[in-house]
Amino acid sequence: MATVLAGLQEGLRLLLSGDPYLWDIILRTGQVTGAALVVGSLLGIPLGALLGLTRFPGRRLVQTLIYTGMGLPPVLAGLAIYLLLSRNGILGPLDLPWIPKLFTPEAMVLAQVLIATPLIAGFTMAAVAGVDPDLRRQVEALGATRLQVAWAVLREARLGVLVSLVAGLGSILSEVGAVMLVGGNIEGSTRVLTTAILLETRRGNFDLAIGLGVVLLGLSFLVNLGATQLQGKGR
Amino acid sequence: MKQGARTRGQEPSRFTYHETVYLLEGVRKVYDGRCVLNIDRLEVRRGEILAVVGPSGAGKSTLLRLLNFLEPPDAGAITFQGNRIGRGPVPLRLRRQVTTVFQRPVLLSTTVAGNVAYGLRLRGMRDGRERIHAMLERLHLAHLARTSARKLSGGEAQRVALARALILRPTVLLLDEPTANLDPYNVALIEQTVQEMNREQGTTVVWVTHNIFQARRLAHRVAFLLNGQMVEVADTETFFTAPRDPRTGAFVRGEMVY
Ligand SMILES: Nc1ncnc2c1ncn2[C@@H]1O[C@H](COP(=O)(O)OP(=O)(O)O)[C@@H](O)[C@H]1O
Ligand SMILES: [Mg+2]
Repeated sequence: MATVLAGLQEGLRLLLSGDPYLWDIILRTGQVTGAALVVGSLLGIPLGALLGLTRFPGRRLVQTLIYTGMGLPPVLAGLAIYLLLSRNGILGPLDLPWIPKLFTPEAMVLAQVLIATPLIAGFTMAAVAGVDPDLRRQVEALGATRLQVAWAVLREARLGVLVSLVAGLGSILSEVGAVMLVGGNIEGSTRVLTTAILLETRRGNFDLAIGLGVVLLGLSFLVNLGATQLQGKGR
Repeated sequence: MKQGARTRGQEPSRFTYHETVYLLEGVRKVYDGRCVLNIDRLEVRRGEILAVVGPSGAGKSTLLRLLNFLEPPDAGAITFQGNRIGRGPVPLRLRRQVTTVFQRPVLLSTTVAGNVAYGLRLRGMRDGRERIHAMLERLHLAHLARTSARKLSGGEAQRVALARALILRPTVLLLDEPTANLDPYNVALIEQTVQEMNREQGTTVVWVTHNIFQARRLAHRVAFLLNGQMVEVADTETFFTAPRDPRTGAFVRGEMVY
């Protein structure tokens, strides 16, 4: 108990004093997670809308893949990206400039995109499918193009789409296995909150681990607070 | 009121009354192997109010969906303003001349004013504030302009749906039992507004109703749909006083056994 309290105190001190090691990790976590969320949304929202709004051959298969992806242990997503990018892997040997190298933040973003996209697509699909089916017909009758119909339905489903983003963000913010695997937890380069907590706890630096933990908890809280606020406005 | 309908039916209009807006020939619609609509010929004339009556399940709503190009016919030809409508996508320019107010108003989750502005926004018209306000006033909705559409009563919601359609000044307004389940105040306001638009703008109206009194009050001509077939189309006066088909008489007298 004493350790916890002392750790909490020290953690808060480090945080407030602007400790460079701690803040470097916080900023990188924000960058990696933020980038992954943006890319995941750009892929997941249109994909979810497409699946919720249209019928096309192979739709069932894509749906099944997404459900599988939603339940995929993140460490497997990490493994997949690892195999893709490693020197003996599929893309790694090509050595092209636009293919991220293993143990870089870009590789971590890629793994997180793989984790978040199915979640965002799946929740968006459910939200879109939950919109009154008569709305599409009404909007079409008012002269909407197909794109305008899709946009109107997405707008009606906006709370659900927001939930999908929160779910996606939550999953990658708290994830440790995949980023450890493809990032390697390199200080000053690929160390993020979760991998840092893992390391500092192992090292016995409980105060630092707790400080990092408080930040992670705080971020998570803020994300969810923001989401509930927005939900309240939507009512 | 009967008198009104009678004279209106023969009134020469400011608009070229006999110009054809729609011509349906041999139009069929099949659902799950069952033919629910089979119309040999139907003409909708410019500037008229055509009432479509018939029992539930007759195919009235299906007919309106075809007229609004929401679904293609399975056979036959629809000619709209001289354009032959095929099975392929209908040009936006034609689609945007027609709109429907459905029996159950489906509003977007925004304000009343936002809903009324919606169709204008779709057409890229940004400024229409005065037009929107005038339309809201006309349907006694001005005091609700900033209210969330979710908080409206059934009658208010249907008036918003009507305002949202009328502000587009459509060539054709399709109404699918818009006043079913509404109180007399809302029914009167909606009927009056549609009639005014028909007179002022020359809007062609196809008004689906199962209420024959409403048809008699409002329509220039009445069409009787039964089991997907057009039994009779006639001037309102003729339809109610001297129908050709005995089934029309039976329906009008309320003797029809479905
Ligand atoms: N999308 C559909 N799929 C299958 N059957 C339909 C569909 N829409 C309408 N029907 C059937 O077509 C017939 C005519 O329906 P409808 O046009 O709604 O009649 P009305 O509006 O005159 O009550 C009904 O028997 C109805 O069950
Ligand atoms: Mg109907």
